[in-house]
Amino acid sequence: MIARRGVPLPALLALPLLPGCTGMQSSLDVGGPAAGELRLLIVSFTVICGIVWLLVVATLGWALLRRRPAGTGARTQRQLTWAVSLSVAATAIIVAGLTTLSFLATRSLGGGDGEIEVVAVGQQWWWQFLYPREGFQTANELHIPVGRTVRIRLESADVIHSFWVPSLSGKMDMIPGRTTALTLKAERPGVYRGQCAEFCGLQHSHMGFTVIAEDDVSYRKWLTGQAQPARPAATEEIRAGQAVFLAKPCAACHTIRGTTAVGTAGPDLTHIGSRRSIAAGLLETTRGTLAAWTADPQTLKPGTTMPLVPLTSIELRQVAVYLESLK
Amino acid sequence: MTGNRNARTREDDRPSDTDVSDAEGERRLLATWATPRTLKGVLSTVDHKIIGRRYIATAFVFLILGGLLALAMRLQLAAPEARFIGPDRYNQIFTMHGSTMMFLFAVPVMEAVGVFLVPLMIGTRNIAFPRLNAFSYWIFLSGGILLWVSFALDVGPDVGWFAYVPLAGPEFSPGKRADIWAQMITFTELAALAVAVELVATILKQRAPGMSLDRIPVFVWAMLVTSFLIIMAMPAIMIASSTLILDRLVGTQFYNPAEGGDALLWQHLFWFFGHPEVYIIFLPAVGMVSTIIPTFAGRPIFGYLPLVMALIATGILSFGLWVHHMFTTGLPRLGESFFTASSMSIAIPAGVQIFCWIATLWAGRPQLKTPLLFVCGFIFTFVLGGMTGVMVASVPLDTQVHDTYFVVAHFHYVLIGGALFPLIAAVYYWLPKVSGRMMSERLGRIVFALIFLGFHGTFFPMHFLGLMGMPRRVYTYQPEMGWGGLNLFVSLSALVLAAGFLLFFIDAIRSARSGPLAGPNPWNAPTLEWATSSPPPAYNFRRIPVVTSANPLWDNGETLPVAGGLNIDRRELLVSSVVEALPEARESSPTDSIWPFWAAMATSILLITSIFTPWAVVWGSIPVAITLIGWFWPKGEPEDEA
Repeated sequence: MIARRGVPLPALLALPLLPGCTGMQSSLDVGGPAAGELRLLIVSFTVICGIVWLLVVATLGWALLRRRPAGTGARTQRQLTWAVSLSVAATAIIVAGLTTLSFLATRSLGGGDGEIEVVAVGQQWWWQFLYPREGFQTANELHIPVGRTVRIRLESADVIHSFWVPSLSGKMDMIPGRTTALTLKAERPGVYRGQCAEFCGLQHSHMGFTVIAEDDVSYRKWLTGQAQPARPAATEEIRAGQAVFLAKPCAACHTIRGTTAVGTAGPDLTHIGSRRSIAAGLLETTRGTLAAWTADPQTLKPGTTMPLVPLTSIELRQVAVYLESLK
Repeated sequence: MTGNRNARTREDDRPSDTDVSDAEGERRLLATWATPRTLKGVLSTVDHKIIGRRYIATAFVFLILGGLLALAMRLQLAAPEARFIGPDRYNQIFTMHGSTMMFLFAVPVMEAVGVFLVPLMIGTRNIAFPRLNAFSYWIFLSGGILLWVSFALDVGPDVGWFAYVPLAGPEFSPGKRADIWAQMITFTELAALAVAVELVATILKQRAPGMSLDRIPVFVWAMLVTSFLIIMAMPAIMIASSTLILDRLVGTQFYNPAEGGDALLWQHLFWFFGHPEVYIIFLPAVGMVSTIIPTFAGRPIFGYLPLVMALIATGILSFGLWVHHMFTTGLPRLGESFFTASSMSIAIPAGVQIFCWIATLWAGRPQLKTPLLFVCGFIFTFVLGGMTGVMVASVPLDTQVHDTYFVVAHFHYVLIGGALFPLIAAVYYWLPKVSGRMMSERLGRIVFALIFLGFHGTFFPMHFLGLMGMPRRVYTYQPEMGWGGLNLFVSLSALVLAAGFLLFFIDAIRSARSGPLAGPNPWNAPTLEWATSSPPPAYNFRRIPVVTSANPLWDNGETLPVAGGLNIDRRELLVSSVVEALPEARESSPTDSIWPFWAAMATSILLITSIFTPWAVVWGSIPVAITLIGWFWPKGEPEDEA
């Protein structure tokens, strides 16, 4: 558990300062040991700095409003020199203490190797996740097993992005021409939201993703499912949708394993129906949102690289049904 | 009184100010130094006060424009998934906001206050290299117009004020937007470097006799350190923006990783400039604070020497911090830890200054006039910003808050709280010197209340938004993120802040037209700029003052000793020694000239057309050369024969 260390008493004083900082993407709503360590660091810094700030402001108020005796002599000057010197010394000690605290946190956060490796590639404006050992890729949804360290290798296909899941860990940039890495570990099962944290162009705002931490059994089941090719079309409507997809420009950019669609510019859609959201966290995956996104991507996400592919209303419904079926 | 003996280095048969009556002397000094009220006079003046005023007014216009952009952003962010502004326009707006505030407002306005005040505070008649000063203003104005005309034409830069590659490179930002940003940098840095060189020369060589290094007003020290920072930091960004332009226009590959370039090289160069930049803005502000506090505390500043040492230490340390903007780029841990320590250590000189100010107030009898109110608001706000600065200096902590609204809150606390509050204090304090008229004390209190409350209402909640995961530079956010309520509160508070600024500008303009007359020294302040009339005459001082203490107007009472012997029919200055300010020589000061204006126009045309064709550098240099020849043509001064 994260609470292993307990929250130090002074940290409790800071709690009123951090009201309601919870939420689906909050660095204070902790889901793993790294984020727990960082929350402790944030709270400790806030408390210490807050006390220092209150002291400075109180002294300023006192200096302005104090009752003044007649005349100030050499004695006052000497006292002031002492007071200022001691305050500077105290500043130096506090700063040294905070630096040490920071170093200790860096050490205990470590990094190092993970038990599992996943490759994350930042793209304008979506996330490509590759599971090299199982040999498949997915988009905008990362699954990790609870309690195990996952090393994420971070790359970029175009500009600089930054990989950030506040509830699990701090952020790390994805820089073209370089490889960086980050380790993730979730202590409890859950759905954690992440978002790009480095300005990357028009749709930087809509570049979210989900991390799903689940128990080992569900994780293995998910891996097996994702490694399979797309399931064959079961109904007439789905078959029609697949035909439309393969005949239209869709297949030029997207891959659906098990079909002739092998484009690589956009996300792999082999199991898009199993993902919680589409368009990098923009919309929940339903037949309706799939149809809406296909029908008018530029209104939903202005500037997205997904073009508008003209379809009749029947074709649009068929494609949406087909995509939804790709569990 | 003195001076005559030392300063007269050459026989000169023309009259000096000791040979004629006071009235006659003033008349002839005015004839020598005044700027004619004609269009040619306006374009050719080299008077540091006129150029300083112009520079400040222009910078404040950019502040208003940048502030309106901020309001536009707050409108868009007031509600989730709002559609007032689309992503393309929004990216232009936040890029313009940052670039305008940093390059067209904060740095220029601080330098401009220096241009106006430094010669007055050190008791000389004009700034060194006054024609370069005129050139600097026109270049600055051209750069600002270039940026804003582009924005109006919907080709404003949209890659952030930091223009990270490869997003700002040729592949991901086709068109001219990023080129305009990079060339605007060239303009503003050229202007800033010119002023920095002038200020260094002025401060080191033109101080009034007797103003030894330990008697220089703290604001002047701050401008000296700032000028050195500019001279050392700005070349990095000029190299960065020039190589970016080369990548974009000529096909070099400095920043293209596919061809052996490096995306992080840009960040190193940018922040090697970018962090000192913060102190280039902040140090003049603390200089203002150190000047205003003694006046309203009614006693000399406590700890002059530690304050000056703190300024210098901050200046030196500021070059060792840049990597703390890059803690999430995966640099080696050991190197990052060094930058944590260096970033935190800057809290020590900052602490020295804050404690010295509080000690001055404690020992004095503070009068809470508007300038001091803003100074107190500054301490309250800046210390809080400093605390969050300590937080972002920690590598692990920074990985959570970097590029979130927490950082937006942090740097607005240190930039608005740390620099703009002192600047407003400075306007209330020195506008009477500039215009000769007082601002309203009653309105000043309302302005302070609105700005102070509006500021904290706007920026304090952003700390929470950042911790709640809201990244910077997003044009919108989804309703389920739960950031809507705080954002709405922030946007409403921004209106209060804007109302405060509106009232401030109304008061400033009203007072400059019809405020009560100020007289030479309305605050009973100790420094030399208050020894001359308000507004000062074109020649600044009837006779050059002689300084015998750090607070000349307090220690000498009504009768300031003066030095005579300068020519009154020709522009002449007193040059003094660097350390002790012993008079060394009389030096001609350049007369008005239209050539700096034409040189600036020729340079602007060269720089702007070079965005469209590299050949502009070749052909454009011809008019630049012609104007420079006109500028430097021998003027028939005594120095020419020497």
